[in-house]
Amino acid sequence: MERIPILKMNEFLLVSIQVDMHDRLAMTLQDDLTDRIVRDRARGVLIDISSLEIVDSFIGRMIGNIAAMSRVLDAETVVVGMRPAVAITLVELGLSLPGVRTSLNVDKGMDLLRASLAGGNGNGHPDAGR
Amino acid sequence: MPVDEIRPVRSDHDIVVVRQVVRTWAVDLGFSLVEQTKIITAASELARNTIDYGGGGTVRLQSLREGARTGLRLTFEDKGPGIPDLELALKDGYTTGGGLGLGLSGAKRLSNEFDIWSRPGEGTRVTITRWK
Amino acid sequence: MVIRGGKRLTEIVRKHQSGILQDWIKEQLAAVKAADRISEADLRADCERFLSLFMTALQASGDEDITAAPWAETRDMLANLSRSWAVAGYKPSETAMFVLALKRPLFDRLRSEIGGDAETLANEVWHTTVVLDGLALLTTEFFQKSREEVILRQQQDMLELSTPVVQLWEGILALPLIGTLDSNRTQVVMENLLQRIVDTGASIAIIDITGVATVDTLVAQHLMKTVAAARLMGADCIISGIRPQIAQTIVHLGVELNAVVTKATLADAFVVALQRTGSSMGRPAKA
Repeated sequence: MERIPILKMNEFLLVSIQVDMHDRLAMTLQDDLTDRIVRDRARGVLIDISSLEIVDSFIGRMIGNIAAMSRVLDAETVVVGMRPAVAITLVELGLSLPGVRTSLNVDKGMDLLRASLAGGNGNGHPDAGR
Repeated sequence: MPVDEIRPVRSDHDIVVVRQVVRTWAVDLGFSLVEQTKIITAASELARNTIDYGGGGTVRLQSLREGARTGLRLTFEDKGPGIPDLELALKDGYTTGGGLGLGLSGAKRLSNEFDIWSRPGEGTRVTITRWK
Repeated sequence: MVIRGGKRLTEIVRKHQSGILQDWIKEQLAAVKAADRISEADLRADCERFLSLFMTALQASGDEDITAAPWAETRDMLANLSRSWAVAGYKPSETAMFVLALKRPLFDRLRSEIGGDAETLANEVWHTTVVLDGLALLTTEFFQKSREEVILRQQQDMLELSTPVVQLWEGILALPLIGTLDSNRTQVVMENLLQRIVDTGASIAIIDITGVATVDTLVAQHLMKTVAAARLMGADCIISGIRPQIAQTIVHLGVELNAVVTKATLADAFVVALQRTGSSMGRPAKA
C-alpha cells in the first residue's frame, strides 16, 4: 500500500507531502509518524507542504493532530513551505493551525526546531494559530 | 470543454478526482491562481460533506456565461438525512474548527454565491458559484 | 384595432437581404471616423451574422420585447461584439452605431414596399425603431461592462507597479502603502506581498500605512488576513504608521492586536525587525 516516506535527519523527522492525498493516505501518515517519533526518539517533525496546491480542512486537521500527538511525545512540529494561495485560502476558510509553528522552508524550519530545543521559544515565530 | 457535467461523489478517491476536475475547469475558464485555490478547496469541503454526512451523492459542474463575465457553478447533491438546523450549521463552523460546520461556512466564504437547500429525510443540495 | 408591426418587416428584410447588407455596411464605414481600425472583411462578417440572427429572431418573436427568449442568440452575439470592440478601444457610440446604422436601409425598403399604406408603414417603422433602439442600448450596456473590466485590469497592472515591495535588508521586506486603499487594490497588493515573501525568503514584512488616509473595515480585514496568511507561511508582519482612527477600526473588528506587532514609524519597525532576525549592521541586502 502506498505510503508517504518519512526521512530521519539527525533528531528530526522530515515528511515531504507531494501528492494530492486521499483521506486514507493522510490517516496512514498520521499513524506512521507517531510510530516513528517514538521509535527514532525524534524531538522534532518537519512537514514540508511546498508541493501542496490545496490544503482543505481535513488536511488542516491532520496537521493539527500530528502537532498535538507530537507534543504529547515531547516533539515539536513545524510546517514549512505553505504557498501564498494556500495560506490566503486557509485564512478565508477560517482554519487556524493551533500549536503548529511555521517556516518558509526546510532550512529555516530546522533552525527553528534547533533553536527551540536549545531553550526557550526560538527567535520569534509565534504559533500560527494565535 | 464541456459546459455541464455530473460526477459521482461517493468515495475517498472521488474527492481527489473532484479536486482535479474542478481545477481543470477553473484553469480553462481563466481563473487566477488564488481564485482556483479557493474554489477547489471549497469543492473539497463540500465533497467531503456529501460523503460523510450525505451518504454519497453527485456534483454538477457548470460553466456560466452572463453577458461579459464567466463563472463556474458547482452543485453538490445527496439524498441523505438532511441538515436539521441550517442556521446553526452555517454559523458554528467558524469557531469549532471541525465537523460539518466548517465545511459549509468555509465554502460559503470562499465563494461569490452560496445556496443551500436541505430537508431532513430527503437530502441536501449545496450550490456555490465563483465568478471570474 | 391595433395592427402589430413586425410581420411586414420580417418578410421585407428577407426579400432585400443583400441590398440591406450592402447599404448597412456603407452607412457604418461612413459614420465611424476611425475607419482604419475596422477591417471591412471583419465588419461584413459581423453584419452578415447579425442580420441572419436578426431575421430568425424577428420570425420567432411575436412582439418588440428584445429581452425575451427568441432574442437570446442575438443578444449574445451583440455582447461578444461589444466586448471585443471595447477591448480594441472603440468608442461606445461606434458600437451603438453598429445597430442604429441598420435603420435607414430598413426604412428605405419599408417605404418602397409599403409606401401606399400609411398606417401599416407607421406601425412597421415604429416596430423597427423600438427593436433596434433596444438592441443599441444593450450594446452600450455590454460595452460599458466590458470597458469596466478592461479598466479594472489595467488598474491592477498599474497597482502592481505602483506599490512596490522593497527589500530593506536580508530577510526583511517593506511595503509602504500610499493613498486610498479600496478592497480590490488591497487584495492585489497583499497577494503580491505574500509572493515576494516566498521569492526573497523573507521572515519579516513591514506594512507601513503612514501614507494611507482612511482604512475602512473591509481593508482592515484584508490587512489582518494578510498578516494571518503570512504567519501561516512562516513570516511575521509588523504594521507601522497606524493612526488613532485606524487603530479604532481594527480594534472594532475584534482582532487581537497583541498578536500583531505595531510600531509608530517604519524606522522603528525596521529596528525591531533587525533585532528579530539577529542581523548585525554591515550586512547589505541581497540584490
